Amino acid sequence: MWKWLHSYADPERAYKLASTLLPWFAFSAILLISVGTIWGMLFAPMDYQQGESFRIIYIHVPSASMSMAAYMAMASASFVGIVWQIKTADWVAASIAPIGAVITFIALLTGAAWGKPMWGTWWVWDARLTSELVLLFLYLGVISLYASFEDKVLAARAAGILAIVGVINIPIIKYSVDWWSSLHQPATIKITEKSAMPMEMLAPLLINIVGFGLMIGAITLVRYKAEILARNGMRPWVRELAKAEASK
Amino acid sequence: MKRGISYTQAFLTLLQRDLKIAIRHRGDIFNPLLFFVLVVTLFPLGIGPEPQVLSRVAPGIIWVAALLASMLSLERLFKADFNDGSLEQMLLSPQPLPILVLSKVLAHWILTGVPLILVAPLLAVLLHLESNSYTALILTLTVGTPVLSLLGAIGVALTVGLRKGGVLLSLLILPLYIPVLIFATSAIDAAGLNLPYTGQLAIIGAMLVGSLIMAPFAIGASLRVSTN
Repeated sequence: MWKWLHSYADPERAYKLASTLLPWFAFSAILLISVGTIWGMLFAPMDYQQGESFRIIYIHVPSASMSMAAYMAMASASFVGIVWQIKTADWVAASIAPIGAVITFIALLTGAAWGKPMWGTWWVWDARLTSELVLLFLYLGVISLYASFEDKVLAARAAGILAIVGVINIPIIKYSVDWWSSLHQPATIKITEKSAMPMEMLAPLLINIVGFGLMIGAITLVRYKAEILARNGMRPWVRELAKAEASK
Repeated sequence: MKRGISYTQAFLTLLQRDLKIAIRHRGDIFNPLLFFVLVVTLFPLGIGPEPQVLSRVAPGIIWVAALLASMLSLERLFKADFNDGSLEQMLLSPQPLPILVLSKVLAHWILTGVPLILVAPLLAVLLHLESNSYTALILTLTVGTPVLSLLGAIGVALTVGLRKGGVLLSLLILPLYIPVLIFATSAIDAAGLNLPYTGQLAIIGAMLVGSLIMAPFAIGASLRVSTN
């Protein structure tokens, strides 16, 4: 049943797949993020308690939830790479890591900017914030471990183990607002129950979350293509590609 | 396949070997301990000798110093074996790697974790720790330091083959140490206020059981990567 997937262990086919997918991801990401952000920033109703400053939610929540989703994607790719020895999966993990780190940093930064007017402070040492900071450190650990091995096959293996060990942090972030009494508000979007947000506010948020996911996908694909080329520089198909590019 | 000796024998043989080597190089035991004591003595000099201030920050200082001392001593966990090739012999041996790894980590904990637990009450006196926090301090250190050794060993195993692994090691394992630090210090603080702290202790215990089961496999896999 999963046989068709195996053919993408071949770098050339993976590269072609990435090239085909990239425009779809990129255009839908641009479309969704512009719709979601403009709707959220200009047209969504104002919050009765927080006033206009609640609008940072349209950047903060998508980046925070996607920082966790990106980590899970990276760890799953590493898992596939380690268990089935598929190099193309290792490269996916290596391409996601820096993007995940940046998106985590954005989540922390927008959170701080939101915390200042609402809580009166840029930062509190509370469970949600601290565990998100740990997520940033985990990303940085994976990146620097990958960078410090000369042999990139080993590098991916080592960084993959660290990424898998770090997965333990994800449920801690997710449930930190339920487990500890926290200054951070509990989850407003719920999949199984009715969300605690009116539809006019929720719709642009959901659009932006999907948009951020697609944006991370698109940037990952760009980096992934570069990673494949960097690791396969000596292969004939890469040379063909370079020649075709040069003659253009 | 014939394994020669049983799992228990393999475990004990390696444990004995590691302890014997360490006793012959006593510096390896005392240096992390000295480091622990020195770091703790720096704090009263840095933040001022007022007893109220010190007793407030004592749990945190002792635990942070314990984390750093554990990390410092972990660096040498696999280094000597890696350099002289005996690590590769362990990987090649028919014994399951997680058992051998667990034995090495246990030896490391006996050599660095236990002395640290024994010295901690003395340092707590110097830092004017609340008198009802001592049991909590000892209990959290007893349950918590093996977790540090187990989690840290994963990072050490990943970086053992690298020339400049030292700084990288701190980036890899300190984030993993944060949960232990949070629960341990909150248990000691609770004990200082005469509140129950079994909850925090139970969570550290759960971390110990979890890492005891999972970490040896991760350490084994990392060693295979590093010695490739």
